[in-house]
Amino acid sequence: MAKADVLGESLWDAYSNKVTTLMNNPQHQGEIFDAEAEERGNKLIVADFGAESCGDAVRLYWEIDPKTDKIVNSKFKSFGCGTAIASSDVMTELCIGKTVQEAVKITNIDVELALRDDPETPAVPPQKMHCSVMAYDVIKKAAGLYMGVDAESFEEEIIVCECARVSLGTLQEVIKLNDLKTVEEITDYTKAGGFCKSCIKPGGHEAREWYLVDILADTRKEMENEKMKAAADAMAAGGGNFEEMTLVQQIKAVDAVIDESVRQFLVMDGGDVEIIDIKKNERTIDIYIRYLGACGSCESSSTGTLYAIESTLQEKLSDRIKVLPI
Amino acid sequence: MKVYLDNNATTMCDPLVVEAMEPFFSEIYGNPNSLHKYGTAPHPAITKAIDQVYTAINAADADDVIFTSCATESNNWVLQSVWVDHILNGDKNHIVTTEVEHPSILSTCKFLEDQGVKVTYLPVNDQGVVEAHTVKSFITDKTALVSVMWASNETGMINPIDEIGQICKEKGVLFHSDAVQAVGKIPVDLQATHVDFISFSAHKFHGPKGVGALYIKNSQSLSPLLHGGEHMGGRRSGTLNVPFIVGMGKAIELATENIQATMSKIRAKRDRLEDALVELSDTFVVGDRKNRTPNTILISIKGVEGEGMLWDLNNGQIGASTGSACASADLEANTVMLAIGADNELAHTGIRLSLSRFTTDEEIDYTINHFKEAVARLRMISSSFAKQAPTKGGEVQECELHHH
Repeated sequence: MAKADVLGESLWDAYSNKVTTLMNNPQHQGEIFDAEAEERGNKLIVADFGAESCGDAVRLYWEIDPKTDKIVNSKFKSFGCGTAIASSDVMTELCIGKTVQEAVKITNIDVELALRDDPETPAVPPQKMHCSVMAYDVIKKAAGLYMGVDAESFEEEIIVCECARVSLGTLQEVIKLNDLKTVEEITDYTKAGGFCKSCIKPGGHEAREWYLVDILADTRKEMENEKMKAAADAMAAGGGNFEEMTLVQQIKAVDAVIDESVRQFLVMDGGDVEIIDIKKNERTIDIYIRYLGACGSCESSSTGTLYAIESTLQEKLSDRIKVLPI
Repeated sequence: MKVYLDNNATTMCDPLVVEAMEPFFSEIYGNPNSLHKYGTAPHPAITKAIDQVYTAINAADADDVIFTSCATESNNWVLQSVWVDHILNGDKNHIVTTEVEHPSILSTCKFLEDQGVKVTYLPVNDQGVVEAHTVKSFITDKTALVSVMWASNETGMINPIDEIGQICKEKGVLFHSDAVQAVGKIPVDLQATHVDFISFSAHKFHGPKGVGALYIKNSQSLSPLLHGGEHMGGRRSGTLNVPFIVGMGKAIELATENIQATMSKIRAKRDRLEDALVELSDTFVVGDRKNRTPNTILISIKGVEGEGMLWDLNNGQIGASTGSACASADLEANTVMLAIGADNELAHTGIRLSLSRFTTDEEIDYTINHFKEAVARLRMISSSFAKQAPTKGGEVQECELHHH
């Protein structure tokens, strides 16, 4: 919220002239009937998408020349607001003259671009972007009917935000690359979630299979796991910066070194050692240990053995380490 | 011709009201709380406005009517202060309201739920009316407040406030009514009807925007929402908005002095419009008009999406309203219509027309013509009336997209 949002925009004023003109006078509204198409030796495909109960419904008519798969004529009928009608009209326009295989490549982004007055200014305000999605859905459905395949088979990846056509793969990649922490950041980087907002979280305009909040949480978790795994790998390889590790990582690292170089000698003498705590001070990293079994009473536990443990840890992990038995 | 049929949203300020307010901007501008003559100069006009408001709703002298900035403030005041007085500092924990209240009630209730208050949202019947026995069955020993709107902004349907008031009185539960759509439109007599609090707003009855009131029965206690100086007996602080209070007084007087006659004139025009519109096939109007505010029609037109219809009406210089999906920023279906039990289809095809005493017969004629033309055009485009059936497999059984 800032000065520009104090009053808020007027929805219809944000429409392009093209949207207004086509809503007032759609060019391709109408029907094509089976008999007509048949007479001309063509095949008619009629597909519905949406329903009155959704608030938007469109019926798309394609008259196709079966020899060339070319859409020779197309019409639409629409139950919807101005943007829905204008989007349907432009969609129909874009289909005419294309083959079915070409038409199925038309997306809602193309429809919205075709509705713009100038290439830089969106044709509709963000919350209306969704109206053009239906145009894309109904094309896929019509193509599926003609080709005898499932409409979803035209989708090569999982589209999370239909308005901006952002895929799951893109979202995961952008979150990782830019270390994104909020949905707002995702919207800034990808535009996903910036339009009808259905894909942000459950309970929006429409139920979705994937939501940005979940993708963000899962990807962050994955990133965290990867980070830990990298640290663990580095440790196992003897690398990694001990001083920058988390406490748990430090304990594991110390334990690993003791396991590798110290413990076997203690166990041979019937003893053992456990790590109690690690405290980071200004100049030293104090590792508190407790001797177990025979070591507890062993004389060298405060001299020779202690020195051996400390120097091994200093060598392998950090020269700031001091080992303190308790 | 231009026709404004969105009078449930706001109304034109009556020029007589503007005239009454005029002197209180630059001539008589003293602060009524000041001791000097400048301060006392507006007192007679404020006293008159108070009289006008008390008379209009037949408030008793023992009652308080406190001027506020709007009905949203009045609604917030009642809910938040009942919470503080009877829930935070009392032994109650429950508020009863309805699913179809104005957002200033619903959002405040959601806020109170976040604070741990239990809120029951009552459903309405297929007439859009809350039934008194439903209210009764949800009141418990822990109920602090019942809040039910007097009349609906969307449908104009009038709730049984008399009956609900009696129930609350018997049960000893506080009763508030958001009467924004009732005051000035239908008779409101607060000595005949038992209500503890009502909220109302001047701009709904040809007064100015930015002034409303809260009626408090018998001057009973209710913590202030706005703390500050000792204005209006310390109940609501802030320098008195003198011109707007004067305007509200004048407006409520004009709206209620001959309310029966005014109502029947508006009703005659409304009924004529409604009768003409339902001549169209596949339309219906929500609620029995005998139990509706006389200025309101909520009509569903099959196959014509609400925002599309508003667009065409707007092209004909007619201002109407819809709460349906496309018109609102959040794209949701009209919750009031869903609450009525209407199917989702209706929730996207509702158009509200709300008249005022300034609506003329010529405007009604013009609207009837233009409305019918718009329906014809949009039905021609509409998929709902298409004749060629979809290719096998191309049908849609029902809405696949939404939650509702």
